[in-house]
Amino acid sequence: MSKTQVNMTVNGNAVSALAEPRTLLIHFLREEMNLTGAHIGCETSHCGACTVDLNGKSVKSCTVFVGQAQGAEITTIEGIAQEDGTLHPVQEAFREHHGLQCGFCTPGMITRAWRLLQENPKPTEEEIRYGISGNLCRCTGYQNIVTAIQAAAADLSIKEAAE
Amino acid sequence: MALDDTRITGFKVVGTRPDRPDGLDKVTGRAKYGADATAPGMLFGAIVRSPHAHARILGIDTSRAEAMHEVKAVVTRADFAPGLTGENLNVLENVMAGEKALYDGHAVAAVAATTALAARDAARLVEVEYEILPHVTDVDAAMEEGAPVIRADAADGSVPEGMHPNVVRYHESGHGNVDEGFAEADLVIEEHFTTEATHQGYIEPHACLATLGADGKGDLWCSTQGHWIAQKTCAALLGLEQSALRVTASEIGGGFGGKTTVFIEPVALALSRKTSRPVKIVMSRSEVFRATGPTSSTSMDVRIGMKKDGTITAGQGVFRLQGGAFPGAPMEFTAMCAFAPYNLKHVHQVGYDVICNRPKQAAYRAPGSPMAAFAVESVIDELCNRLGLDPIEVRLKNGSKEGTKASFGPTWDRIGLIETLEAARDHPHYSAPLNEGEGRGVSCGFWFNHAGETSVTLALSEDGTVQLMVGTPDIGGSRASMAIMAAEELGVPYDRVRVTVADTASLGYNDVSHGSRVTYASGLATIQAARDTIRKLCGRAAAKWGIDPEAVEWRDGCAVPSGPNAGEFDPMPIADIAARMGRTGGPIVGHYEVTPEGAGVSFATHIVDAAVDRETGATEVSRYTVVQDAGKAIHPSYVEGQYQGGAAQGIGWALNEEYVYGDDGRLQNPGFLDYRIPVASDLPMIDTVIVEVPNPGHPYGVRGVGETSICPPLAAIANAVSNAAGVRMRDLPMRPARVLEALQDRTGE
Repeated sequence: MSKTQVNMTVNGNAVSALAEPRTLLIHFLREEMNLTGAHIGCETSHCGACTVDLNGKSVKSCTVFVGQAQGAEITTIEGIAQEDGTLHPVQEAFREHHGLQCGFCTPGMITRAWRLLQENPKPTEEEIRYGISGNLCRCTGYQNIVTAIQAAAADLSIKEAAE
Repeated sequence: MALDDTRITGFKVVGTRPDRPDGLDKVTGRAKYGADATAPGMLFGAIVRSPHAHARILGIDTSRAEAMHEVKAVVTRADFAPGLTGENLNVLENVMAGEKALYDGHAVAAVAATTALAARDAARLVEVEYEILPHVTDVDAAMEEGAPVIRADAADGSVPEGMHPNVVRYHESGHGNVDEGFAEADLVIEEHFTTEATHQGYIEPHACLATLGADGKGDLWCSTQGHWIAQKTCAALLGLEQSALRVTASEIGGGFGGKTTVFIEPVALALSRKTSRPVKIVMSRSEVFRATGPTSSTSMDVRIGMKKDGTITAGQGVFRLQGGAFPGAPMEFTAMCAFAPYNLKHVHQVGYDVICNRPKQAAYRAPGSPMAAFAVESVIDELCNRLGLDPIEVRLKNGSKEGTKASFGPTWDRIGLIETLEAARDHPHYSAPLNEGEGRGVSCGFWFNHAGETSVTLALSEDGTVQLMVGTPDIGGSRASMAIMAAEELGVPYDRVRVTVADTASLGYNDVSHGSRVTYASGLATIQAARDTIRKLCGRAAAKWGIDPEAVEWRDGCAVPSGPNAGEFDPMPIADIAARMGRTGGPIVGHYEVTPEGAGVSFATHIVDAAVDRETGATEVSRYTVVQDAGKAIHPSYVEGQYQGGAAQGIGWALNEEYVYGDDGRLQNPGFLDYRIPVASDLPMIDTVIVEVPNPGHPYGVRGVGETSICPPLAAIANAVSNAAGVRMRDLPMRPARVLEALQDRTGE
């Protein structure tokens, strides 16, 4: 099948590549870019394991064609920590508050929570639960995920106040 | 391995809550799961699946697929080992159909191509000619006279004469005389219950990367709960020597029992053998639903007699489970778990394993037990309601304790059911007032727990740090628990122990990470391997000091002279001994191999409040408390995580999750849209209470915790909903339409 040129920015780096138009963004990121942090859990946009940030919005990259990401700014889990490896407060909170068990949903969950806390820096528990309801976790019962997001929100607001 | 009473108090590391060693990799996306591996020259496999529930395969035409230039190989049943018997034959039949397709989604062929998209295209070009046969997907219908015979010779010798050939195994157990017991009762209630099949619902689909050369030597990377069973089974299915196939377990994205067997792994190996190239296969979600093991669906009858004072006089149950097109539905576990929490003079239980045109069931967290608890604990709840008795007091009155003869034979050792009931009774949740429209339910649950073959190696590095190799894939934070136990024994900090899940070439055989066995069995072996290491460390110190090794003790990470030599030499730290080990006798390595006895059974009591919307029939779980005996919690946060995870899965099973088959025998809901697992906004915070009644069969008293947590929820939620709605719910899931119908039947609307 013929290939088309795609250009986008991924985790701050300009990317230019050839891809079959029917290629899904998640496959492009995982197979062409070797960014295997975002996972594929359902291919129907229900589980959220493939969540990435596209132009400032959380999207399920399993139901986005690579062509739809033409010219987009994309952030994946690999782009959330600082370049020196310092974890983002959301990542730190998931680790510290045991917000994961098997870890398969974690990159999508963190990428979503990272955007959620930019959309709503002081969410209630209910707002967190609805805000991540597009991301399935089968291990934890969500309890420590919610706790981790609450802790990250508190940490971020302290950091913001200090700035 | 007896309980080590000297260790019960004074733990330094056990019971703390350190960060998990795999945490950084998992929050940064670095952790490598099944689908994350690649190899030079790698091909992608795709599987051709039957669209029919039951069909004879008349022919497979692969020519159009093979004509695609991207396609490198097509395999069918002819590419696997002939002449298999027993469970190996069942697994092969399931992995690749022989003469008949036995369920919607059954694999019939597979292709390997240079890209994943081309492989999918090619799979659609494989033409299979079918003769469609009558099918049956319901357990009761499959037992009826005239039901289609799925596999004529599948029944074993346990099945009584005159049963339909779809009944393939039979179980009966109990003691006393139930008729006598029912005659003593003031009230006897008998009810019929059903539950639908549910899927484990791990978010990571099955994935593997296989390499197999013409010399019969291979490597397999896969997402699995047990790589030795994968090695053994794949070797059999492909006709290989077991040791010629090295299997490495990837990071695993959830299993819950569903990754204790193989599905795509033998197919990827067959495609690799045919092409001499590495082959990767990753399942889609719909393949996971259609063709990997869900749990059994059930049809159950339970009868219980009770006196006015709450004494249970007799219990009887008949449990019919379908496990797909193959023997193995865990009906004996259902039967054995049903009355296990209770001390009964008269008890009798029967189980039927029935085959249907559905995928081969696989284990799901305490296989068979949650359904049993649903039926039995619902009848007990109804008896309590009608006799005006408190459900926890009744359970305390009849509860099993040390010395009780269990409903299925053995006499209980030290167990913690009563302690969980007392803690539940005393928990603020149990006495909290209910809101308008809410009902409260309680239930007990039981699981056996398993031990299994286990092998562990602990190697000291020259800087005094520790490498611990275990063979049980980490499905619940076990690397943290193992590091805690090794650190406790060796007297070194937790973060000096690096735990690796070793491949099949690096350790002796290890049973699967199932049966809630890992913290118990790999933990026990870790403790013993550490003690083996300590003996060697003490020996090196004794040689240096020129004293008897027996006169050296290990304290706080140092060899210390004791007895007549006490105080004679300065303590020798582990790092000093490690730095010199090359010159003092060579590497210091401890190991332990065992099939332990005494896994230690586990009980739990759950309390649930649920509100039922009378307009829609929708249920909201408003409060949930889990009380469970852990024996000894090594990492309490991970014990709590198991409790919460089990409860959440149970909530899904009770309220929403079900396999729905159409009249055509096809699965109607093979995706997360229509097979709805709980999302964050469906659940409340789940409170947990860890009860610790030490297991006499583990040095620290550990009992497995992973599975018991899913045993009580179906019943506890059904009791809460029934009490809220004022009508007994006997069929799961309690989806809104079903609850609404029950409400309307009750009020005559």
